[in-house]
Amino acid sequence: MSDTGIGAAVRRKEDFRFLTGKGHYTDDINRPGQAYAYFLRSPHAFARIRKIDTAAAKAAPGVIAVYTGADTNAAKVGSLPCGWVVTGKSGEPHKAPAHPPLAVDTVRYVGDHVAVVIAESRAQAKDAAEKIAVDYDVLKPVISVTDAAKPGAPQVHADVPGNICYDWEIGDKAATDAAFAKATHVTKLDLVNNRLIPNAMEPRAAICEYDSGVDSYTCFVTNQNPHVLKLILCAFVLGLSESKLRVVAPDVGGGFGSKIYCYAEETVLLWASKHVGRPIKWAAERSESFLSDAHGRDHVTHAELALDKDGKFLGFRVATLANVGSYLSTFATAVPSYLYATLLAGQYTTPAIHAEVKTVFTNTAPVDAYRGAGRPEATYVLERIVEVAARETGIDRAEIRRRNFVPPDAFPYQTPVALAYDSGNYAAALDLALKHADYKGFAARKVEAEKRGRLRGIGLSCYIEACGIAPSAVVGALGAGVGLWESGQVRFNPTGSVTIHTGAHSHGQGHETTFAQLVSDTLGVPIENIEVVHGDTDKVPFGMGTYGSRSLAVGGSAIMRACDKIITKGKKIAAHLMEAAVEDVEFSKGVFKVSGTDKNVSMQQVAFTAYVPHNYPEGLEPGLDETAFYDPLNFTFPAGTHVAQAEIDPQTGVTEVVNWVAVDDFGNVINPLIVEGQVHGGIAQGIGQALLEGCVYDPESGQLLTGSFMDYCMPRADDLPSFKVDTTKTPCPHNPLGVKGCGEAGAIAAPPALINAVTDALGIMHMEMPATREKVWRAARSGPLKRAAE
Amino acid sequence: MYNFTYHRASSVSDAAKLLGQDAESKILAGGQTLLPTLKQRLAQPSHVVDIGGIGELQGIKVSADKVVIGAGTRHAAVAMSAEVARAIPALAKLAGGIGDPQVRNMGTIGGSLANNDPAADYPAAVLGLGATVHTNKRAIAADDFFKGMFETALDDQEIITSVEFPVPQKAGYMKFPNPASRYAMVGVMVAQTKAGVRVAVTGAGPSVFRWQDAEKALASKFAAAALDGLAAKADGLNSDMHGSAEYRAHLIGVMARRAVAEAG
Ligand SMILES: Cc1cc2nc3c(=O)[nH]c(=O)nc-3n(C[C@H](O)[C@H](O)[C@H](O)COP(=O)(O)OP(=O)(O)OC[C@H]3O[C@@H](n4cnc5c(N)ncnc54)[C@H](O)[C@@H]3O)c2cc1C
Repeated sequence: MSDTGIGAAVRRKEDFRFLTGKGHYTDDINRPGQAYAYFLRSPHAFARIRKIDTAAAKAAPGVIAVYTGADTNAAKVGSLPCGWVVTGKSGEPHKAPAHPPLAVDTVRYVGDHVAVVIAESRAQAKDAAEKIAVDYDVLKPVISVTDAAKPGAPQVHADVPGNICYDWEIGDKAATDAAFAKATHVTKLDLVNNRLIPNAMEPRAAICEYDSGVDSYTCFVTNQNPHVLKLILCAFVLGLSESKLRVVAPDVGGGFGSKIYCYAEETVLLWASKHVGRPIKWAAERSESFLSDAHGRDHVTHAELALDKDGKFLGFRVATLANVGSYLSTFATAVPSYLYATLLAGQYTTPAIHAEVKTVFTNTAPVDAYRGAGRPEATYVLERIVEVAARETGIDRAEIRRRNFVPPDAFPYQTPVALAYDSGNYAAALDLALKHADYKGFAARKVEAEKRGRLRGIGLSCYIEACGIAPSAVVGALGAGVGLWESGQVRFNPTGSVTIHTGAHSHGQGHETTFAQLVSDTLGVPIENIEVVHGDTDKVPFGMGTYGSRSLAVGGSAIMRACDKIITKGKKIAAHLMEAAVEDVEFSKGVFKVSGTDKNVSMQQVAFTAYVPHNYPEGLEPGLDETAFYDPLNFTFPAGTHVAQAEIDPQTGVTEVVNWVAVDDFGNVINPLIVEGQVHGGIAQGIGQALLEGCVYDPESGQLLTGSFMDYCMPRADDLPSFKVDTTKTPCPHNPLGVKGCGEAGAIAAPPALINAVTDALGIMHMEMPATREKVWRAARSGPLKRAAE
Repeated sequence: MYNFTYHRASSVSDAAKLLGQDAESKILAGGQTLLPTLKQRLAQPSHVVDIGGIGELQGIKVSADKVVIGAGTRHAAVAMSAEVARAIPALAKLAGGIGDPQVRNMGTIGGSLANNDPAADYPAAVLGLGATVHTNKRAIAADDFFKGMFETALDDQEIITSVEFPVPQKAGYMKFPNPASRYAMVGVMVAQTKAGVRVAVTGAGPSVFRWQDAEKALASKFAAAALDGLAAKADGLNSDMHGSAEYRAHLIGVMARRAVAEAG
């Protein structure tokens, strides 16, 4: 292994610019003649708009234009679409109520878009927005998913009876009922997956402009998949030819899913830029991010697990209500169905599984994919109920899991909920994690902690997840509106340096390093001579972007395929230069060689010859620039075990996470440093969800109570322990790199591990997330491990 | 932020004069509370008078029996003062636990007291140590200064100039931070002073208050065990999504005991 090749812990090339403030984020970009937009947002969770008077705002200093839903409607700006059709039990597609980018006659959540003011400065736009008079007829909103699903609940959309978006199921109900009928033990659990607000470090922003000279548009935007956004904006919302729009997602400061979508703001800006004839910039204030970025999670679930006398899982039954918010965000329908319930088998051989999911509209911000997207929700349900089953049956928590693991020789393994796992060795990860966590020594540590007045608990989470959603034909059959392949282009420059174009998008993932390592290793080009270009639809071939831990497994594989094409062509050129037969040319470490001789030419020479083809094979095209499109055969299935240990101060309810072991199987690892960083970030978010974070709306008024960092509790460094991170390896058998994906694993594995540890410490069966200090204090006071009250 | 006219005062009397021009004018000290308020358009002062450049408001003077801190002194200066740490270690610790380094490098003791946020730390020190707040008009005893949520005895445009803390025999401060904002959900200052034992509680109620039952118990014996079995009353305490009144009442007891233990 070279020190910059595959497997090397190369420091991230992009960090120099980020750490020295030289990144180019959307709000750093300024266009000549730029104007500024401010969106007037609804102060009510649910109201009819009787009248909007914009006259005073239009007359305010610096104002260029004010538009409302009446204007965008008249101009036939389309509804923001949801790109995945989920067909319910009835055979009907999901309900897709209109989602106008500016509210037309009704506002449906606090933060909904009422009007846009475009002015010479941000301050003038904001000043003028205060002069817009809106006459609202305030209605009673419905906020929680359980309330919204009740008969007689306020109707969020007149054309969605009962607020139900879809009522969907997966798995074999009869077989599952039969499994429960023969069970010796049934464990039941009700749980809530708490609603989260993503809070990427960089708030959303956009600059849109129209060039009348060539009749085309440019949109700079904080986005994870610029080509997909372009497709949606052109084909579904604005009716533009795709050749007339360039979307650029430059440096993006975190996404976590929240920047996948097509939002109202860039849509309105793009449309308005032609009307006002000026580039228009908008950047969210942090409080707007809280209100209007798509939120995550928000499930209410009842689950039942059937076991035989030996603790083998016979059947698993799940019923979930999932909140989709007021309107469907771009992929809102897929998350609580295909990305959630298909993961309910976990690492286990449970033969019969049946899950029902109802998605429900409420007067809250739209809910969509957030780091993990469906898999954290599934893992939480499963790893919590398995833990409770262990406590109820008295079987050791590690042992009950081990007894039910899909064995290493059973792959490919078809689950009862659609997915076919590619490879894995779950016991290997569990064993290593238990060793790192000194599982055997836990009882002694618990006793020692008690002497210090602390309650110590341990929690396991044996998770699986599905990354690199694919193949296109299958997701298409399931309702996806897009393909899920990726493009990669490897372009040699005449003197031998390389520019990689990828359809994936980096917003924290380190692609500029990892992808450069792949090409450096494969083609023997020094890593410093390789640049990665992404995020600009005018530069990069059509691609699908980054989410669902897909970039390396799918995007990296596309780059590898392009490298293969480079080598194939390079061999023809090399054979010509060395006067040998193509079949006799071998390629390794940047050198083409005639087998069995010491005749050779370098990659650099071959590249130069391709661009200066004076002495060149007849009939071969000049140039060394290859593009590949890679459509994977299957998802990849990273899996592993996390072990959390926590200590609770029963006097205050403070939970300290004292030890964390993560053993993940990501298949082959290209850059262990980046992988470790991704795992760290994911665990931090998972600990945040378990202990600290929770989006709270006032149940009566629908006001967002956690609308700033004063009340929404983000995890910070001092909330986290030092993590012990290790990996096991069962390479993915169906992609050329053998890689699986690591971006979301931590956020998926962590919440149940920590709640299992907290409830273990307290000696209780369950506690809802976030396990706040007060909840923990109350449980410590009344639980079986009650301490002498202070 | 709405438009306002900005002034930089050169002295306390200059500041008073500038403020006097208009009833809607406001003092700007560290700006850690005022600026976010302005940015959120929750206040619309006509004039903003910056007192950050006034030399007479800066600095810490420590003598045998008192610590006097200029109103414009930053939290970080108090936290890092070796003299304060020697005279009243609990005060240095309290200042070092306010917000984060950026906040501590900007925020001032005068601004914190004038603002009297129910979850702020300094009010617990002022009330718990029995300090005196000096203004450009008068001296106000701690017991008379804090009037309620975000309310003080200050007249409009009255300027705090310094705070005088008598050096206690012993004092301890224990803060239970709100996990999100890191302001005090409950903060308790206990002190054994010449004038007797004082226990001040911040964060738990609408404004800082003295916990008299605890003061009585500690007066007979200044030890954590003296508070055993003593519970603060939940009546009238804050109850919000971060903690019920009952939980806060319980925490007052825990923090008070730990503060006594720390005072030694
Ligand atoms: C992120 C963050 C975290 C924080 N965490 C904490 C915390 O943990 N604990 C805590 O106690 N505080 C905390 N604070 C508040 C901080 O301590 C502020 O510095 C303090 O509340 C106000 O002081 P200032 O000097 O910044 O005043 P400013 O914001 O400038 O002014 C505040 C108010 O006081 C008035 N004022 C200022 N100086 C005087 C004076 N000399 N005389 C009369 N009136 C005056 C102003 O007119 C204004 O109304 C935090 C603030 C932030 C932004």
